[in-house]
Amino acid sequence: MLNNKNFLKLFVLIALIFFYSPALLLPIFAFNESQIISFPVEGFSLRWFEVLLSEKTLHGALKNSLFVALSSAAFGTFLGVLTARANSRYEFFGKKPTLSFILIPLVIPELIIGVALLIVLMQLGLSLSLWTVILGHTLLIMPFSTLVMMSAFNNFDQSVEEASMDLGETAFGTFRRIIIPMVSPGLIASFIIGFTISLDEFMIAFFLTGTEPTLPVYIWAQFRFPVKLPSVMALGTIMLIFSLVLLTLSEYFRRKIPKTESSRIV
Amino acid sequence: MNNNTQQLPIVQLKNVEKSFGAVKAVDSVSLNIGQGDFFSLLGPSGCGKTTLLRLIAGFEKPEAGQIIIDSKEMIDVEPNHRPTNMVFQNYAIFPHLNVEENVGYGLTKQGVGKHKKLEMVNDILGLVGLTGLNARSASALSGGQRQRVALARALILKPKVLLLDEPLSALDKKLREQMQIELRELQKAVGITFILVTHDQEEALTMSDKIAVMFDGGVSQIASPKELYDHPTSKQVASFIGNMNFFKADIVSIDKKNIELNSVTLGQVVLSKVQFPIEPKSGSVEIGIRPEMLAMSKKSTNSIKNSCEARIDEISFFGDSTWYKVKFLLTDEISIVSEMHSQERVEWKLGDKVTVSWRPASFVGFI
Repeated sequence: MLNNKNFLKLFVLIALIFFYSPALLLPIFAFNESQIISFPVEGFSLRWFEVLLSEKTLHGALKNSLFVALSSAAFGTFLGVLTARANSRYEFFGKKPTLSFILIPLVIPELIIGVALLIVLMQLGLSLSLWTVILGHTLLIMPFSTLVMMSAFNNFDQSVEEASMDLGETAFGTFRRIIIPMVSPGLIASFIIGFTISLDEFMIAFFLTGTEPTLPVYIWAQFRFPVKLPSVMALGTIMLIFSLVLLTLSEYFRRKIPKTESSRIV
Repeated sequence: MNNNTQQLPIVQLKNVEKSFGAVKAVDSVSLNIGQGDFFSLLGPSGCGKTTLLRLIAGFEKPEAGQIIIDSKEMIDVEPNHRPTNMVFQNYAIFPHLNVEENVGYGLTKQGVGKHKKLEMVNDILGLVGLTGLNARSASALSGGQRQRVALARALILKPKVLLLDEPLSALDKKLREQMQIELRELQKAVGITFILVTHDQEEALTMSDKIAVMFDGGVSQIASPKELYDHPTSKQVASFIGNMNFFKADIVSIDKKNIELNSVTLGQVVLSKVQFPIEPKSGSVEIGIRPEMLAMSKKSTNSIKNSCEARIDEISFFGDSTWYKVKFLLTDEISIVSEMHSQERVEWKLGDKVTVSWRPASFVGFI
């Protein structure tokens, strides 16, 4: 008989296996000698990774993705800083609704954001490009960076700012010499999270990209050719590891933000 | 003390008002602070003393009135352009900078050269007793060191007025007492006007040249510590600064110099008119006397003038002194008598019957 505690442990274990074992299939088949994605595996090989090195369209997609991810992370973090700062420092009419509104992309399916943005862009007569993807990703990243930066700013002792002003520094000088350095762990964390989100995002990129695909869009396109499947697995493995490293890094910086209750928000 | 009366005051407040919502934090305050004074704003929490300090620093804008520092109107001057510097209650040390960078923070803005800056930082660190700690990081500083860094950081800019917002309240008792003396010496050494906000009356009394006692947003009395203690102008001030025993008394007669009173507990008491900050006309008044101004003896009341019988109800031992709560036999009214310990002191016991006596000149009268 299982007692209550053991039952819960078992439940968690099963849930974890259920969620994450599919992801483990990626590396297994990426290093598989055979071209056919099925068990049993037929020996270890790096050939699918070598294939990646010669794929010109892949390199283009990678370049596109990096450009989109860096830009979106920068814009998202910038807007997140402004939002979080306004939220922690000032009282104004409609503050709470405004904040909720900014956080909405967290709960709206990306499919809907993608379609909605596409319609708006079409109506405005704008042509699709990497910049429209950046627009969509910035929208998606902003709530995350707002939350991260809010925990950074909420821990911010206002008297430190006043002390800077009192010692003769201007408002801008105070922002540059005191506020930015003090919230820099939050800035880095927010940037990395934004970068990762953009790099992995498929739905919005799929709807808003023009002729230049991002990495996830490229992968999706490759699925049509069964021959390319193993190399897609290899690419997926690289992206999985890269994302894990980035998120660990971001968590490391986020934890450098001085702790209070509010830093546990994300 | 200082003979600054002829000089123009360094800080002048004229009918300054500030509200937060419906609460009047500072209610028409006017005061002058003399050049080189150690001036304290003393009052219970919520009396508006910190708000007043922040108004002088420029962090709050008054709704009405004038703030003049060094003969210049300050209302439209931002904090970074005022000739004041502040030591914050929590010290507000910049956590990402080390001691040297913290102390030199204001000099960077002024464009002081590297060598000159280091020299000035080292000088001021020497002054506050932090020599050699230049590279110490902010997080590695103790409470006392943080306070010294905050002081050095403000003093290095040579302000006309240094504002201190309860700077000692975060320190333990021993360190606080030591810092009180150091602060006082430092102030005399640099000759800068200090304005200290505190709720600790003992601290204000030991350190200040002048004290403004504040209640509910208004200034009740501005005076030197001795004057404040000996001649409080209101019951509120009298009971906030030290302790005082109060007795109700009826006016029997008033002549040119004296007022004759009758108290149920004390009997007949004759006070001089100057003992009343505000001269009463008739009716009943209250008279107060400090615990140390009451004396106890075993002699009978017949042999001592101005005395009555009481019983010791409670004894509190303070090391260098003992406080007795005595109950007057006639009325059951309670007073506190304090006695400093000396070689001749009598060891009173709980329940002892004693004769409590006083000098009429020790009383202060309130209407």
